[in-house]
Order: sequence, then C-alpha cells, then structure tokens
Amino acid sequence: MTRKLLFLSLLVSAFLLGFSSPTLAAGSEEDKTSFIMHHVVDSHEWHFATFGLTHVTLPLPVIVYSGDRGLEFFSSKDFQNHETHAFGKEYAHEGYFIDDHDHLGRVDEGSFIEFSITKNVAMMFLVMIVVAYVSLSAASHYKKNGAVAPKGAASLIEPIVIFVRDEIAMKSIGPKYKKFVPYLITLFLFIWFGNLMGLMPGAANMTGNIAVTFVLAILTFILTNWNGNKEYWKHVFATPGVPIPMLLIMVPVEIIGLFTKPFALTVRLFVAITAGHIVLLGFIALGFIFESYTIGIVSTLMVTFINLIELLVATIQAYVFTLFSAMYIGSAVAEHEHVDHH
Amino acid sequence: MDLITPGTGLIFWQLFGFLGLLFILIKFAWKPMLAALDERESSIENALKAAETARNEMANLKAENEKLLAEARLERDNILKKAHEASLKMIEDAKLESGKAGAQMIANAKAVIETEKKSALTEVKNQVAILTLEVTEKLLRKTLSDDKAQKELVDQFIKETNIN
Repeated sequence: MTRKLLFLSLLVSAFLLGFSSPTLAAGSEEDKTSFIMHHVVDSHEWHFATFGLTHVTLPLPVIVYSGDRGLEFFSSKDFQNHETHAFGKEYAHEGYFIDDHDHLGRVDEGSFIEFSITKNVAMMFLVMIVVAYVSLSAASHYKKNGAVAPKGAASLIEPIVIFVRDEIAMKSIGPKYKKFVPYLITLFLFIWFGNLMGLMPGAANMTGNIAVTFVLAILTFILTNWNGNKEYWKHVFATPGVPIPMLLIMVPVEIIGLFTKPFALTVRLFVAITAGHIVLLGFIALGFIFESYTIGIVSTLMVTFINLIELLVATIQAYVFTLFSAMYIGSAVAEHEHVDHH
Repeated sequence: MDLITPGTGLIFWQLFGFLGLLFILIKFAWKPMLAALDERESSIENALKAAETARNEMANLKAENEKLLAEARLERDNILKKAHEASLKMIEDAKLESGKAGAQMIANAKAVIETEKKSALTEVKNQVAILTLEVTEKLLRKTLSDDKAQKELVDQFIKETNIN
C-alpha cells in the first residue's frame, strides 16, 4: 500500500512538473523562487494554483477604516489585473490600491487602518471553525451520554484534554492549574490544527505569521501578569537575596525578562512553522531551478520526507507553545518557600 | 505583505477571533468536558475504592467465618469431651453405686444369715441342753438307783477334783 502510494505520488509529481513547467520554468531564477515568499507571507487574495495562465484564486474582502471616509468594504478583485491577477498602483480603485508587494495604500496618502480578511485571517477562521466543530461535537458526546468512555470526536479530543491537563497544566502550574486548563487546551488545539492545516496544499501559513503568534503570546503574557502573585512581583522588583545596589541592574533585567518571554513565544512558533514551509517550498523549487526531472523526483522524495518531519514539528511546536505558556503562568502563580535567607 | 511586520488587520481578527473561540469553547466544550472527565475519574476512583472495601470486607467476613467455625468446632469438641466425661463418670458412678448396693445387700444377707445361724445354733444348743438334761436325768435316775454306784461316782469326782 505504502509503496503504491509512493509510486503514484512520484507519477503525479512528474506529471505536474511537466505540466506547470511552461509557466515556472520560463522565468528568471528569481521568479522561480519568488512564490516561496509569496506563499509564506500574508496576502489580500487566496491563491490556490496556476494552470498555464489560469489562476485559481479566492478573492477576499478588503476592509478599510479611515478618519475621513469611515468604514469601507472592497473585494481584492477590485485592485488587480483580471488577466494576470497582479496587484499594482495602476489598478487603484476608489482611492485605494494594493501595490506589487501586496501592501494596501491610499492614493492621496492619507492615514487609514486596515481590517481586511486576508488569506491568513480566512485561514484562521477556517481553523477556528474546525477546532470549534471538533471540540463541540466532542463535548456533546458527554452532554448526551454523561461521564462515559469517549467515542467519535471525543476520542480525538479527550486524550489531548487529559494530556494538556495532566502533563502540561498540572505539572507546570501546580495546585492552581484548574483555572488555566481551558485556555491551554484552546491554545494547543488552535496551534496544532493551524499547523496541520497549514501543511495542506493551497493552505495559508497562518501559524507561521508573526501577527498570529504575537497575539497568542500577548494573551499568555496578559494571563501571566494578571495572575502574578505578590511573590512574583517581589521577585521582579526586589529579588530576594540580592543586595540593594545590585537591584539597580537586576530590576531592569527582570523587567526586560517579563517581555522576552512573550517575544520568545512569538518568534519560536513563527520561525519554526515559516522555516518549515520555506524548506518544503525550497525543495519543490529545486526541480524548476535545475529544470531536471531527476532532481524533481529526488526533491519530491525529500518533500515527502520533510512533510513527515513537519507533521512532527506541527505537534511539537503546539506542545512547546502550550508548555511554555503554562510554565510562565506557573512561575507567576507558584508559591515558593524561600529558603535562601542570607 | 511583510514577513516580520505584523499586520494590524490580522492582529485585530486574531485577537477577537481567538477570544471568541476561547469564550465559546470554554462555555460549551471545556467546562462540560472537564466536568465529565472529573466526574468519570472520581466515579472510577470511587468504584475502585468500593471494590477495595468490598474485598477487604469479604476477607474480614471470611476470616470471621473461619474464626466462628473454629470456635464452633472447639465448642463442639468441648461439648463432646464433656459429654464423654459425663457419661464415663455416670457409668463409673453407676458401677460404684451398684457395687456398694450389692456389697450392702451381701452384708445384710450375711448379717441375717449370721443372725439366723446364731439363733439356730442357740436353738440347737438349747435343744441339746434340754436333751442332755433329760438324758442325764434318765441316766442319773437309772445309775443312781443303787448306792454303790453313787459312791463310786462321788469318789471318782473327788479324784478328778484333786488332780485339778
């Protein structure tokens, strides 16, 4: 079975290689790799595939708010060439344009805030719907049947819930873990499903977007410091056992330490997922750069291999983000018994 | 769009989207689910505890039963032993009693016989004495019918008396 699947995927990839070579293989070397960055970053339209000159895309809403014009809704279709789907200043629409770096701009250079449903926002909603659907159908099992053994979606969600509760929350937070379990489960599921769905063909690199990881890290940061007890703050502003002159150095360091935690969370997930996508797409691009079927086949095998690793990374990063969030919260709510009285 | 510059729109949607997801899931998924898990875990724990208690009780009951059985057996043995002893004692007593009674009877019989014998002997003696007296009288009358014989007899008596 596995061998047959491998053989089939080789055939399909060789076929696709030949099929799409007129478009990709025609351009310069920069064109052959530009799709990597294009995939990795956010976009105003959801581009799935290109067959020859036909672009399979999903136009997305562009929502802009400006002080003088109020809230406005457009479609990403309005700002692009209908043939090539290229954005550019020349395709300006009602005073706005999207430039060739996919940035929204205003023709009269006035100020505005953008709330567009970009590719990543759409992907995020999709992930949220899937997570909510799976979780709610898991919960409905218990509502219907009471506290019985899991079945269906509950069999998928229950082990995760128990793992997050027992292995992450209980061990990293301590006796006050109960309050934080729902947040940690939601965090884990959102990141995990986001990572996994992001690996699917045509999907967006949502959990590899710095804005997404930033928001998740900020939520953990708020939760941590909101629940910080006296000892936690004492540790920041008057570390026990440190002489007063040293505090002049220690307090700024501790305060910086508060912010490096969410920063580390933000960057770790963003880098891990984005790097994974770049490596995958890089291997895919190899075949086109060398314009060789042999390299295409080898790189496809590598892509399969990296994809398996990415499945692992998707889970590990979800686990790590959740674990570190729990540990930060744990450090804020823990009640140590300070033995080090000097 | 840029790789490392977070987009405002994305931050906005992510923040409110995630908070919404959090709210919905906490309210409708995690609370009932965690409660159900807690309930199930505690019920399993209780069931295990109950099983443990039942097992202990069974063991206690068994031990108690055995103890009771052993006690009953001991009691039975005691009763049997006592009964045996009692019966033995009764037999012994009966034997003793009957022996005594027999002896008494024999003694009584002996005494009666002795008395009878004595009275019979006395009777016989009396009869002999009477007969003797009568015979003696007859003899004397006949013998002492002549003086010579009387004199001979007196002499003889005197002789005998002297020797004594």
